[in-house]
Amino acid sequence: MKILTGNDLKTGAVTWWDGQGWSLHVEDAVDVGDAADEIMGREESARRVNVPYAIEAELDGSGKVRPAHIKDRVRALGPTVRPDLTLKPAEPEALNWVI
Amino acid sequence: MYKYDQYDQAMVDARVEEFRDQTRRRIEGSLPEEQFRPLRLMNGLYLQLHAYMLRVAIPYGTLNGAQMHALADIAEKYDRGYGHFTTRQNIQYNWIKLEEAPDLLADLAKVEMHAIQTSGNCIRNISSDHFAGAAADELVDPRPYAEILRQWSSFHPEFSYLPRKFKIAVIASDTDRAAMRLHDIGIQIVKNDAGELGAAFYVGGGMGRTPMIAPCINGFVPLDQLITYTEACVRVWNRYGRRDNKYKARIKILVHELGAEEYTRQVEEEFAHMLEQGIEPPLAELERIRGYFQDPDFKTGLTDRADRSDPEFALWIDRNCHPHKAPGYVSATISLKPVGGIPGDASVEQMHLMADLATEYSFDECRVTHAQNIVLPHVEIGRLHELWTKLEAAGLGTPNLDRIDDIIACPGLDYCSLANARSIPVAQKISERFAANGKADELGQLKLKISGCINACGHHHAGHIGILGVDRKGVENYQLLLGGSEAEDTSLGKITGPGFNEDGIVDAVEKAADVYLANREEGERFLDTYRRIGMDPFKEALYG
Repeated sequence: MKILTGNDLKTGAVTWWDGQGWSLHVEDAVDVGDAADEIMGREESARRVNVPYAIEAELDGSGKVRPAHIKDRVRALGPTVRPDLTLKPAEPEALNWVI
Repeated sequence: MYKYDQYDQAMVDARVEEFRDQTRRRIEGSLPEEQFRPLRLMNGLYLQLHAYMLRVAIPYGTLNGAQMHALADIAEKYDRGYGHFTTRQNIQYNWIKLEEAPDLLADLAKVEMHAIQTSGNCIRNISSDHFAGAAADELVDPRPYAEILRQWSSFHPEFSYLPRKFKIAVIASDTDRAAMRLHDIGIQIVKNDAGELGAAFYVGGGMGRTPMIAPCINGFVPLDQLITYTEACVRVWNRYGRRDNKYKARIKILVHELGAEEYTRQVEEEFAHMLEQGIEPPLAELERIRGYFQDPDFKTGLTDRADRSDPEFALWIDRNCHPHKAPGYVSATISLKPVGGIPGDASVEQMHLMADLATEYSFDECRVTHAQNIVLPHVEIGRLHELWTKLEAAGLGTPNLDRIDDIIACPGLDYCSLANARSIPVAQKISERFAANGKADELGQLKLKISGCINACGHHHAGHIGILGVDRKGVENYQLLLGGSEAEDTSLGKITGPGFNEDGIVDAVEKAADVYLANREEGERFLDTYRRIGMDPFKEALYG
């Protein structure tokens, strides 16, 4: 599947296209098929996202979206060396999902 | 240390307001990202993996207590409670909001700091010896020369859009503590046979994708021609540098392709022409700057012995203190490398403490080292135990300078958008491994440096042991290098062979260390043994 990611313009936070807007959570990301360029152009023009790009992803064993490349998985969760600063500080096992 | 005059302050304040307006226009939509990006980079603001990252300039790594306190306040107010000290003697914050960046820069300006020259294709923040003005082995304090170069290069119109970034280091001792020959220009203040001070110019060094050691192109440039000669060096490169290919744009490529002799000929020709133009700042300006770097009021009659009855304290003295030019003083290094810690990271509380300790024990001064530690340059030997006790209590008393657990590591894939692999977890595992097996003590000096990509921010080419993280079909992989040095015996490490996975590279480092332990002769460091026995015994242990 193809999903879209970028950063929030004002805060820089990593965001994911959920079909309606931009979510902080990768599990909300949706397959955009061939619509990536159209969505990115529209959303960037409206400054709802900064520097968006499309990436490959897959659904993991539990049906959750998992970016294909480790760099985007690190972006999705947070720094693996600071679990307290990730989106799931109470779930140290989430780091296994990244690696 | 240097104090801003009205011009410095006005320039920095104006820059903050300019960036405030640029940021407002970006957020309101009148400035698109492709136009805003170079502007934010000129103010040190990157967009990294998780957020905006701000890199703050710390000229030649020197800070006073108020500045270190301000850096801590910024970490608390605008970031997430910590900062990362870098191999360029700067500090980075990882979680900055664009909308708050102008206020952050305004707070920095209040303590005579900024983020100019920390990004983009300009002459970057000038680096220097972290023991400058204190080391027993230096000819003079190199920082006045670094400062006049900073002033010359700041907003220099001819050098605002260079082919690539440009890094200058200035030292003034034969011992190189600033990786001088791995800079675009390395300057060593030297003395000639007549006893006059001058500058030896090493041009065309660097790490990154194509590591090179800078050749000496002029062994003695009179100090009243320092700026003119530097400008000639940069001008020749600026004229011919490859703007069409960023991988070939650094000055090291030009010097290599022209040959050092031809490059030097062109520099000398340009230099002769420029001398006629009289661009050199008046010596009075250098004297004015030098006035800010006078020795502090060192006491006399101090004891030169510390009470070594506490073995842990004695160990810290032996490993983390450096000889000082003034009797009764040493330079003390605060390690930011606790076992299992993140190299170079310091919390708000630690930064406040280091600021207080700088004020109380070191004439209100501290330094950031390129090895990502902090130095208190002027500490009375008689007060060392008191200082160490406070450091220990804050987790800052690790006695490991230049040892295998004093690892240089870039932020890597945990933070950096350029990285291919994570650096920090590898550093953590190695330091934990060698703490657990007890070999760190046995190994002595062993400089280990890790980069998460070919850009080499972690100086892997210059590590006695270097590690380079690469992306192998989407999986992190780590190459091992041996034999590098950033010191006066500068050398570039060589790759041992096929890479390793994350756990494999930790095992590989231990195997390399074991080869050294099995083969070393009396007094040899790891690097000396490697140079004597060569790569083969290491390869045999790693792959045989």
